[in-house]
Amino acid sequence: MSYECVIGLEVHVELNTKSKIFCSCSTEFGGAPNTHVCPVCLGLPGALPVLNKEVVSSAIKAGLALNCSITEKGRQDRKNYFYPDLPKAYQISQNELPIALGGYMNIETALGNRQVGITRVHIEEDAGKLIHEASGGTLIDYNRGGVPLIEIVSEPDMRSAEEVKAYLQKLRATMLYLDISSCKMNEGAFRCDVNLSVRKKGSQTLGTRTEMKNLNSFAFIMKAIESEKERQIAVIEGGGEVVQETRRWDAQKNQSFAMRSKEDAHDYRYFPDPDLMPIVIKSQEIQAIKDKLPQLPEDYRVLFSQQYGIKGDISEQLVKDKAIADYFSKAASMTKTPEIFANLLIMEVSKFLDTGSENVVIPIKHEHFAALVNLVGERKISTNIAKKVLSSMWQTTESPQKILDDKNWWPIVDREVLLVLGREILKKTPQIASDYRAGKKQALGAFMGQMMKATEGKADPSIAEEIFTTQLIHEI
Amino acid sequence: MQSVIFESMKEQAKMLQDKKISCVELTKAYLDNIKSQDEVIGAYLHVAEESAIASANRVDEKRRKGEALHPLSGLPMAIKDNICTKGMPTTCASKMLEGYQSPFDATVVKLLKEADAVVLGKVNMDEFAMGASTENSYYKKTRNPVDTDRVPGGSSGGSAAAVAAHMATYTLGSDTGGSVRQPASFCGVVGLKPTYGRISRSGLIAFASSLDQIGPLGRSVEDVAAVYKMLAKHDEMDSTSGPDEALSIDALLGKSVKGMRVALPTAFFSEGIQIEVKEAVLHAAKVFESMGAIVEEVSLKAIDAALPAYYLISSAEASSNLARFDGVKYGYRTDDFQSIEELYKRTRGEGFGREVKRRILLGTYALSSGYYDAYYQKALKIRTMILREYTQLFERYDFVLSPVAPSTAFKFGEHGKSPVEMYLGDIYTVPVNIAGLPGLSINCGFDQNHMPIGLQLIGKAHDEATLLSAGFAFEQTKKLWRVER
Repeated sequence: MSYECVIGLEVHVELNTKSKIFCSCSTEFGGAPNTHVCPVCLGLPGALPVLNKEVVSSAIKAGLALNCSITEKGRQDRKNYFYPDLPKAYQISQNELPIALGGYMNIETALGNRQVGITRVHIEEDAGKLIHEASGGTLIDYNRGGVPLIEIVSEPDMRSAEEVKAYLQKLRATMLYLDISSCKMNEGAFRCDVNLSVRKKGSQTLGTRTEMKNLNSFAFIMKAIESEKERQIAVIEGGGEVVQETRRWDAQKNQSFAMRSKEDAHDYRYFPDPDLMPIVIKSQEIQAIKDKLPQLPEDYRVLFSQQYGIKGDISEQLVKDKAIADYFSKAASMTKTPEIFANLLIMEVSKFLDTGSENVVIPIKHEHFAALVNLVGERKISTNIAKKVLSSMWQTTESPQKILDDKNWWPIVDREVLLVLGREILKKTPQIASDYRAGKKQALGAFMGQMMKATEGKADPSIAEEIFTTQLIHEI
Repeated sequence: MQSVIFESMKEQAKMLQDKKISCVELTKAYLDNIKSQDEVIGAYLHVAEESAIASANRVDEKRRKGEALHPLSGLPMAIKDNICTKGMPTTCASKMLEGYQSPFDATVVKLLKEADAVVLGKVNMDEFAMGASTENSYYKKTRNPVDTDRVPGGSSGGSAAAVAAHMATYTLGSDTGGSVRQPASFCGVVGLKPTYGRISRSGLIAFASSLDQIGPLGRSVEDVAAVYKMLAKHDEMDSTSGPDEALSIDALLGKSVKGMRVALPTAFFSEGIQIEVKEAVLHAAKVFESMGAIVEEVSLKAIDAALPAYYLISSAEASSNLARFDGVKYGYRTDDFQSIEELYKRTRGEGFGREVKRRILLGTYALSSGYYDAYYQKALKIRTMILREYTQLFERYDFVLSPVAPSTAFKFGEHGKSPVEMYLGDIYTVPVNIAGLPGLSINCGFDQNHMPIGLQLIGKAHDEATLLSAGFAFEQTKKLWRVER
């Protein structure tokens, strides 16, 4: 019997406002410990929070981008629990009246399209950071305390690690396009908790879920999902029952460990924070933000599909980074084969880009890239040569034609030259011809390999192939 | 020169302006009185002699140079110990905050400093403002200056006693369920609890954030009005802060009560009230009638539920507000712990007093899942009902007349055994906090033990002006009605 897993995510996104959510302290990452703090974010007796309005605008943007409805009256609640990273012993969050409710996001994987429901988007303050010393003590850095977060909760609509990855990539891209977060995972600006359960395929009822925390890279998330899925299946197959609990992913051990069970779960005693007034959002305000929303990854994806016929999962790769999506938009119309362009852009250009950085710049002129794509499209050069040209174009501002000239990379299209080379190859390795005649069609590959070796990859593949199949094979 | 402390605030201000006395002399007169009396009274937790004299010197210097000064500049005053003051301890009269020094000034303290007030020190209170007798202070008893065998009321007992014993021209207290009005009543002084949000709460260590309000205590309505006006300013640091107070003291003090409509809730006189308190308040109603006001009996039904609603809401908020005192960052920390849980448990078990722990437990319970709807949520509904009833009442009346407390000041330990008995004393004051309204407490007579009786005037939100006018008019008749009695 096969199983499927059911996954919902809680994603925390640190907003890129200049100041913290309830005070004027800087949100900058990496300051010396406890230098970006004041009585408010330290929760000192008598200090009161005052909401940074930009946080609400950012949350509205996120809500609108995720097709949510925006509340007209929001409320901030206290989530009470004791932990040293929480200086007030409560976190100001939103429980009953979050900024945004009930949206969705479309994702495409190789398996097709899926709409993932968005339960809610709410605002809250981040906690400080505990630093456990090797000597046994624990230090606390409150710089991060009070940095604004939005929490985006999805419905349990994902069924595989691939879908989770696609969802997270699209969500991260959406936040980046909105310019509301740096989304730097290594700085904790984009964090994810995974709620996962398994059930037999075809079943409609949900299994018991676990929540996994401490997942701070895509790679860990993928691994954690596979590992947890297998763990739960093993428990069920072994006749046991999955326990509802919170688990912590240990990246070093490649394994998750139980943190606390449902019985030990906190009673957060949520109640409206009496220090803060209700958040009133006027419909004009929502409309004004809506009118100013930038083109989002989903808009680009739809455009790429409709205008250039790019497949869904390829589009998703293109829209991961706004610089790439913009680059593609601008140059695609100059090419005759946008699909080849998309593939080249993703496969090759991505290598050069640090997608984690904020300012992705592709230094290649749009018309140069388009010209290169057209050379491939017209079969004037091979994809392999195109890749070499691309590497050069990254360094210089020359046109692809000039690079091909200068480096003498143009393919050999002279039929006579290739014929001579081909005869030599078959003389040296007659096995190729006999294999081919015996019906082993892969012998053609061996021939082409030899031919490329002999020409440093410059032989025109279609001509070389044609020579082999129509002439040389009959000569020898 | 010592007799200057018995002069009215207005007179003292005038003497300073006319340079009949220096600010240093006035300050020293108060410090001397504190030295001679506070041993017995116990109003002060901290006397800031040095900094008081330094501020006084600055005021004298400014006056010498002819600089413009605030009307209340140079007047020596004291601050309840739950209001943050840089350079002085702020303890909330709790072991939990023993020796704690706030790194920032409360907004009211900033305003006081801008006005060149002379801060004499910090005054005693019930721990974290929970109590009605100041007996819950971790540090000391404060005695009622009228009868030192009796409590001064609470939680702002130190603030009221300091004014009554002439150990400060005026003081600041805080009122969550009557904590300014009741001690003012017990000590025979005037106390104002402004509309919720009128005076910034920034720097007031929270007990129950939706009910807390700082208020002035002084010897007369006029004094209290002047201090109130100085402090009632909008503050960006407090999200619940209201608009600036724009009233003119001269205008409001000249206003007659003739034609004003006064509501007298019969429910406030039904049971559990000391007979002399009832008589004095009803007499006060007659006095208002004699001045041309129209007094009518009204019913206030929701009031019955006010006390339980108050104890649920205030305790729920307190349970969250006081959670930060965990021994990690500041304040008291237990000596003996092996784990973080133990650090929390022992620190809080040892650092908080009985009454504070009782309220934290009550509030935690009221907010717990499964009980939230039955307790906290229900209390919020009662809150809405009370607010609605007052709103309707104020469509027809200018203010409400009531007692401040069912009794006059009681003896130490008298209500020590049953906390509920103590809570019942808040019955007339808590509805005002629940509805966020202003309330003024002024003396309206004495019982047979010569203990002062307080009269409470309750007004519309943001209409402190009417209360102060009516209170002032009533105060002017005092001589008259004393003779009458």
